[in-house]
Formats: sequence, C-alpha cells, structure tokens
Amino acid sequence: MAFQQLKLYQTGTFVAGNRLLDPEQRTVQARTGRSNSLTSGHRACRGCGEALGARYVLDAAMRATDGQLVAVNSTGCLEVFSTPYPESSWQLPWLHSLFGNGPAVASGVAAALRAQGRDHIRVIGQAGDGGTVDIGFGALSGMFERNDDVLFVCYDNEGYMNTGVQRSGATPPAARTANTKALGPEPGNAFGQGKFVPLIAMAHEIPYVATATVADLHDLEHKVETAMRFRGARYLHVFVPCPLGWGAASEDTVKLARLAKESGLFPVLEAEHGELTDVSPIRRQVPVEEYLRPQKRYAHLFGDPGRPDVVARLQARADRTIARFGLLPEGED
Amino acid sequence: MPSQIEGSQAVARAVTLCRPQVIAAYPISPQTHIVESLSDRVRTGELAGCEYLMVESEFGAMSACIGASAAGARSYTATSSQGLLFMAEALFNASGLGLPVVMTVANRAIGAPINIWNDHSDSMAMRDSGWVQLYAESNQEAVDLHAQAFRLAETLSVPVMVCMDGFVLTHAFEQVELPSQEQVDDFLCPFVPQQALDPDDPVTIGAMVGPEAFAEVKYLMHAKQVAALDEVPRVAHAFRESFGRPSGGLLKPYRLEDADTVVVTLGSTLGTVEEVVDGLRDDGLRVGALGITCFRPWPLTEVREALGRAARVVVVERAFAVGAGGIVGQNTRDALRGLPAQVYDVVAGLGGRPITRAGVRSLVDDVLGDRLDPTRLHFHDLDHALVQRELERSRHGARPGPHAEHMLRALGTVASGVHDGAPG
Repeated sequence: MAFQQLKLYQTGTFVAGNRLLDPEQRTVQARTGRSNSLTSGHRACRGCGEALGARYVLDAAMRATDGQLVAVNSTGCLEVFSTPYPESSWQLPWLHSLFGNGPAVASGVAAALRAQGRDHIRVIGQAGDGGTVDIGFGALSGMFERNDDVLFVCYDNEGYMNTGVQRSGATPPAARTANTKALGPEPGNAFGQGKFVPLIAMAHEIPYVATATVADLHDLEHKVETAMRFRGARYLHVFVPCPLGWGAASEDTVKLARLAKESGLFPVLEAEHGELTDVSPIRRQVPVEEYLRPQKRYAHLFGDPGRPDVVARLQARADRTIARFGLLPEGED
Repeated sequence: MPSQIEGSQAVARAVTLCRPQVIAAYPISPQTHIVESLSDRVRTGELAGCEYLMVESEFGAMSACIGASAAGARSYTATSSQGLLFMAEALFNASGLGLPVVMTVANRAIGAPINIWNDHSDSMAMRDSGWVQLYAESNQEAVDLHAQAFRLAETLSVPVMVCMDGFVLTHAFEQVELPSQEQVDDFLCPFVPQQALDPDDPVTIGAMVGPEAFAEVKYLMHAKQVAALDEVPRVAHAFRESFGRPSGGLLKPYRLEDADTVVVTLGSTLGTVEEVVDGLRDDGLRVGALGITCFRPWPLTEVREALGRAARVVVVERAFAVGAGGIVGQNTRDALRGLPAQVYDVVAGLGGRPITRAGVRSLVDDVLGDRLDPTRLHFHDLDHALVQRELERSRHGARPGPHAEHMLRALGTVASGVHDGAPG
C-alpha cells in the first residue's frame, strides 16, 4: 500500500490524538496495515455515524483475530448502503439474512465453525437499534443465554433510519421521528418508554458488555479488542449519530456523540459477567440543551414559545443516568 | 434387520446417520420426539461432531441453520404447524440464498382454532417458499427420504423439507428397515458447499439486489427447482441401487394402467387409498391411485402423463386454500389442462379427523355415481348439521361470539361419548 499521510489533530476534549501516542498505542485506523473491512465506495450518507462505527469495530476485530473473522449483518442501513448489487464494500466474509434474525444467524455460523474444528475463526454480528432492541431482540436474548461465541454489535442511531426515520425502542423521549411527530400536547416520542439494552444484556450475565460512542474511537477499538479476548456471548452498544434522521449537520456527528456522553444522556460503560466494571467519567459536563439544540428532531423544544419543561425532563433524565452510573467524579455532581 | 420403532425415533436415527454438523431446533408437537432423540444422540456421542442449538423460536432455528449452512456445515432442523409458519420469512431466505438445509415437517393443522393433530395446512402454506417438498407415505419412506433429502439438497444447493404426517406417522410404531452407517456414508458424499463464509476467500452473501437483476436471481431459483424434477428421480434410483428398495421419486402410481377413475393424494393417506383401490378392483371397477411424493417442484408433465387417460380424478387433500378451493387439486387441474378429465377437489382429514377406508370408498362411490359436483369444493365427512346450527345461531344477536367454542358446546363432551347432549 502506498504511504498515506495521516491528518492528526487534537480534539480539545481530553481525547488523545494519535500523534501524542506511541505507534503501538495508535488506533487500528491509523495503521497502514488496517484491513479496510468496510472499504470506501459505499453509499452511506455524509457524516454517517454507523459507517464510522462499523469501520472501527470491524478493523479492530480483524486485527484482534488476525483476520480470522466472519461478519453477520441484519437488514438495515449498514447492509443496504454497503451492498448495492453487484458491488460490495465488504472485504471480509459477510452474510446478510434478514432483519430480525442476525443474532441467531451468527449463532449458527459460530456453531458450524465449532463443529468443523475451525473456531479460531470468530463471529461478529451487527445490526442497527431496530434490528437489535426490537425485531431481533428475541434472537439476541437467545444468543446471550446460550452464551454462543458471538460478539454482537448494535449501532444505535435511535430509530429506523433506513425506512424513513421512525421510532424504535431506542428512540429517546421527545425526539421527533416520522411516526412521533412534533404534534399535539406531547410532541415527539413519549416519555416513560424505550429500553437500554446494555443493562438487559448484563442481566443475562454474559462475559462482556460495553457501550461506546464514535466520539472516542480509541475507547471503541479498545472495547472491541477486549471483547475479542473473551469466549462466549458479548455485546457492544455503539452510539452512532445519524445526520439524516436527527436533522444534524453531517460534520457534527462526532461532536454530537461526544455531547451525548458529556451531557450524561448516554452512559459509556463496561461490564463483565453481569457486574459493572468501569464507566467513562464525564470530563466536562454540558447541559442537555447543548446536545439537543443542534438537532432538528428536537427543534420543537426550542421554538417560540419552546418547551423548557420538556428540556427540564430530559435534563432530569441525564441527571438520573449520571447518578445511577456514577458518571461524575466525586465532588463534581 | 427390520426394527419395530416409533416413526420419530426412526427419523432421528436416519438423520443421525446423515451426520449433520449443526442441528437447531425448537420444540413443538408432534415434532418433539424427533428433536429430543437427536439431543440424546448428540449427548451420548452417537452423533459425533454435531452442535445442537436449543434456540428461542422456530424463527431462530431456521436462522441458525441459515448461518450454519452458509458457513459450510450440513444443517438440519424439524418443526410443525405454527412453528413452520413462524419460520416463514427465514424459509424464503434459505431458498433465496440457495442453502441446502434439510428439515422434517411433522405435519400438523394451523390454528385458529388451535389443534395439534395432523393435516397438511402447514407445509401447504409454505409450498411456494422455494423449498423442495417431499411427502412420506410411511415411516420407512420417511427414513429413506431423509438420506435422499440431504443428497438432493447438497447436489442442487436447495433446501428440502421432508413432510411426514404428525402422530399418524411420527408417533406410530412400525417395522422399519434402518440403514447402516456404511450404507449412508456411501450414499451421501461429504458436503461441499457451493458458497461458504471463509476468511481465506471472503465473499459477500445476501447482497441487496434491485430491479436490474432480481428477476434473474429468482429465475435461477425456479430453474433449480425444475432441475430437481430430474434430480429427484435420479436420487431415488441411486437410493434403490444402494439400499435395494424403492423409495421417493416424484410420483407413486398404483394400478393406473387402465384406470378411468384415479384418486390422487399425499402422505400416509396413500396407504388407505391403495387398500380401497384394491377393493374397488375386486369389484371390477377400473380405479387407481396416484401418490404425490414430490409436491414442490410440481411434476406437471409426469402428473399429466400419469393421469392423462383418466376420466375422473379425485384429489383428496388434507389442506385447502380458504376461499379458493383445493391446492393439490388446482395444481392437478393445471397439469390436465386441455384434457377431458374431470377433477374433483376433496378436502379431508383436517385437524386430525381420520380418513378411513369406508370414507374413501363412499367418496369414490359418490364420484362414480355422479353425486359429487366437480365445480365445487367438497368437504369430506363434514358435519353439516353442526355447521347449519352454528350459522343459524350467528344470524341472531348482534354479538354471536366465538364459533369454535359454541360448536364444541353443541357437540357435548366428545370424550364421554355424550354428543348433542349439552345445552346450546
């Protein structure tokens, strides 16, 4: 491969840029030997958080397994934008079956590899939040409880973006989607609904559960590498902003992911065998408004007259998450 | 040496001899004895080198088989009824991807009303899923068809379901000749997948295909099914050479030579029909039978050939297309297009109602006596009084309530033999 000049930067958010690190500590993406499992030329939207997340996850997993990796993909944006016939962006063995069965298909692949005595080849399953927390949830829980040797990755962009931005079980309260429009007295998605699947995954007491965002790609890669050190069922929930679905600027994907974490709305954590082992502390707390404002899906909260009451409920939600997981170091909350 | 063995146990033994590498199954009556037995055989090591996945649903079972097959493993599952319908989406996916999964369907009715007994509503509902469908007449044939199914599936890279009547076959103890491991090993070559997930040779399986090539991919699916019309008899012939007994194939003609009336049927009903045919022949009537072993692909030419000289064709089937008519009947009519034969659609044996020799005999007598209207769907053994009573009741009152419960009440406690005794 020809030498490629890398653009290095400091983010100003305590995230270490590659140039500050020893070569061995740099991201897999920063290496010329990266596998480019999801290679260029695909049809993802500009600024797609899912494409970014998948690229880091797969290349890190490829490095961790020395290229002995098979990917199973549920139906969704990632599948559609990567394989418009007869082209494919996948440079690893890749199987797409259906929307709701990714985890079960991955279990089948893992079982086959075990039966063939080839279980040095590892299996990664991937889906969006719809394919994970809603339609694929039964299969996911089955894969977890059997402790099948699969790392399942959910790229959570908080809605059914591929079908035109509808609400999923991972859509946050007050967010406007195509079927939770900003209409009526309670605009946007309802409060008191939805689920946070990482905690449900932990309840299965599987070897490893982690969350990450595309704002901290070192952390994301680290979690993939950690996951690959375990055998059995593992779950990685990656927060991936969707410029199209969220009505956000495509250059704000990483910023929004960072604000989701720094506001306390999205907790970044790790757990082993059902026990929380680590959380990424908030480094510079921001009010939720700073995260919400740049997104048109929350525009109804900031118009004239606006809904400060709803913003306050979302802040309370962030505060509860911060308290629950201890996201602010002692004395700062 | 023949064994006296339950159908499910015999099938589990046959599947074991085929050395599947991945079995994924979810329990549903009357398939349970098959998958329980296979679990035992994996645990004891009789079925070595096999991974058995106890999945969370039939949808998961077929999905795991899809993954396993795509990774190059010989994959098997079994189901029934609601389970088969719960798999529906994955069935079409397995065939669309060209994955040679083999599945036993222990045929059972579809609810509502919920009913665990035998008919063919389940597999018939999935007739257009792109799977080859073979129907076993006996437990011996069920055993034999499994070896043939794996060979057929892997030769053509197409999924195959072996349908056997729930309870009637699955729970019946019959004498069955079980093949030896050597025989099956000789008959089945090791599975060489046409496509496989392999890090040394990465491929994309399951890409999105738009209007530019979708029809072509589907055409190839159809072409594969058409090829199966040649391959099914070839495999049956090879089976006979290896095992020394006839089994499988597309059709089973019985005393058809000069028959002007032919009863067409599938599955275990064929044995009953053949006995009735013998009786009718003894009475000097030119009646024959035609068993459909392979319903998908539909052997149109062979059916036309077999039935072309008949004046009356009576299709007795354990399922129907609600609001339309017979399913096998419609296919048969299609095969006989332009020929003078009159086709009668007869629905029988729904939800486990027995199809008896006397019943089939009286049915044929009705046909021969011109007492059956060939333009209408005929429900064999229908309790017309019960239906009329319920229809009458529904005409009164704004909210007549659930039919099934009212009709059961009208029948009384069936087990006690008290009929028509309960207050309506």
